[in-house]
Amino acid sequence: MSAARETWLVLGASSAIARAFARLAAAEGADVLLAGRDRADLDAAAADIALRSGRRASILDFDAADLAAHAAFVERARAAAGDTMLNLFLAFGFMPAQTEIDADPALLHQAIAANYAGAVGVLHAAAPIFEAQKGGRLVILGSVAGDRGRLKNYVYGSAKAGLAAYAQGLRARLYRSGASITAVKPGFVDTAMTFGLPGMFLVASPESVARACLAAARAGKDEIYVPFFWRAIMAIIRNIPERLFKRLNI
Amino acid sequence: MELSGWGRSSRARVEACRPERQADLAGALNPAAPNGLIAHGAGRSYGDAALNHNGRVALTARLDRILSFDPASGETVCEPGVTFRDLLAAFLPRGFMPPASPGTAFATIGGAVAADVHGKNHDRHGSFGDHVLWLDLMVADGTTRRLSPTSESDLFAATIGGMGLTGIVRAACFRMLPSAAPTVRVKERRIAGLDAFLAAFAEVRETATFSVGWIDALARGAEFGRGILETAEFEPAIPPPPAGRAKRVPVDFPGFILNPLTVRLFNRAYYARVPAAGRERFARFETFLYPLDALYDWNRIYGRAGFYQFQCVLPDAEAPAGLRALLEEIGRAGNASFLAVLKTLGSAGRGHLSFPMRGFTLALDIPRRSGTDDLMARLERIVRDRGGRIYLAKDATLSPEGFRAMYPKLPRFLETLGRVDPAAVFASDLARRLAIRPAGSQ
Repeated sequence: MSAARETWLVLGASSAIARAFARLAAAEGADVLLAGRDRADLDAAAADIALRSGRRASILDFDAADLAAHAAFVERARAAAGDTMLNLFLAFGFMPAQTEIDADPALLHQAIAANYAGAVGVLHAAAPIFEAQKGGRLVILGSVAGDRGRLKNYVYGSAKAGLAAYAQGLRARLYRSGASITAVKPGFVDTAMTFGLPGMFLVASPESVARACLAAARAGKDEIYVPFFWRAIMAIIRNIPERLFKRLNI
Repeated sequence: MELSGWGRSSRARVEACRPERQADLAGALNPAAPNGLIAHGAGRSYGDAALNHNGRVALTARLDRILSFDPASGETVCEPGVTFRDLLAAFLPRGFMPPASPGTAFATIGGAVAADVHGKNHDRHGSFGDHVLWLDLMVADGTTRRLSPTSESDLFAATIGGMGLTGIVRAACFRMLPSAAPTVRVKERRIAGLDAFLAAFAEVRETATFSVGWIDALARGAEFGRGILETAEFEPAIPPPPAGRAKRVPVDFPGFILNPLTVRLFNRAYYARVPAAGRERFARFETFLYPLDALYDWNRIYGRAGFYQFQCVLPDAEAPAGLRALLEEIGRAGNASFLAVLKTLGSAGRGHLSFPMRGFTLALDIPRRSGTDDLMARLERIVRDRGGRIYLAKDATLSPEGFRAMYPKLPRFLETLGRVDPAAVFASDLARRLAIRPAGSQ
């Protein structure tokens, strides 16, 4: 790695994985920009990271669903990063239960706005920065739910699947400028999203997912599953014939 | 989910919530849980203090941000889930240490406030609550109040050592102590018996920054009360020795492994490892403060049935006879017990239910077997008759009568509790077992 200073822009910085990631990146020497909606929470996180790591930690207001504001947001982030190399960790997501979505169509649109439209919007706005700086690492937190549409979670899953396809295309575009995109597909992680849900197994800690994300980004990997065995689990799930899959209650 | 105390003798089925940020914390109060609510930090209290069977617990471990630090004054503000380990990692390299630290660095600041914890420097620096400048406490009606010794002083005193029964700490401001360093010079010497121990402590409690004694609770006859006295001072000029790797206990040990013979051999070896002339060594500060943290889940050594930790304090004047009576009772029971820890405490805490008082404190693990509850009751009786006190953060067996006798400021605590939480929104298994609230109000 070069000695050039780095800044990690963390989108959705109040989530458990993002918090763990920002702490880790700062502990390993990067500055961090924490972006999200809960300003009080971001202030607390920024103070904590600065005190623990001695690195610069600042906050930016960011609402993924406010598509019109993305261009200006990206400008502010670029300015805040100063002359350091900007990296981006996209961590926001919104996973209402499928049954809640069925009961309230507004949730369907919110899920699409946050998980797909918001994500793609901000990434597209930020892409020129990576072309201009000729490098940088992007980590996009997807989900194993995007690997196949399932009865229990298909709105969220379809948004993450769309994001995954977008990331593939953007990866090819930024590859030409020397920037990498790591698509991360976590299985069950011990976060607010999964806490207390029935049927969780082999649950990973946010810290372990954060470590895997940072290592994969540094290695320039295209796609990882965390924990790794989810690649095998999802290979099985993807290969169940649709004729059979549609009858399954998963 | 099921939760247990660190001693694994107390267990509870609870409905858990786990706020990830301050804004989520108020949700722990809604809707009201039938059996009330208690905060649960690292789960390092030994008994039922952070358990609430058929009720709700708020897991506070994710509220773990250090919010501010002033290197000029040592003033630190942090959320309740910050641990001593976090504080040492951030501030020991800058020469600051937590003012009082319990025997594990995995404990949280929320727990340190709730139990008004003390450490091996109590004579010198007091307990954690002595260094708290203010607390932001979420009380039963969902509002947050700032408490300090001068504003809402009664609720402040009820919260320091109040075992979480006044509310949930959102943030704590306390003063860290300067002149700390990563390395300590540890002096170890053999102590031949109980009277010699008390005499040695009388001297070192006036001079040493840190002191702790290890007693072989199974030694009899001429060896009764023998052990090792450790004192420690910071050595800023010496780089710390390398940290050992934390190990884990892979399985619950079967009960037969801990028997009077194996434990007696262990205790003997522990005594013999210090040469008769004593010795001096340099140690990492954390290794000196938290020897058991090197074995991450050491509580599994006591097997599935778990263990009790007995910890009491006896006033100075009662200590010689009281400690003798306690050690004789423990020895008679023959219940395999590793080294007992003997320390001095300097002065009373600021909380209505604070544990510390000037005197000697004895702590030891007692594996839970048949007959153990009777032993605990006999030990309680001795402590009570000698004007001593049992530490609620460790306790799982104290009786309501014993509790009332040992905690004379309970009426003031209850008066405050009746004001801020008349409907008993906050409750725990410990509070019910000890009937802390008078019957009928819970």
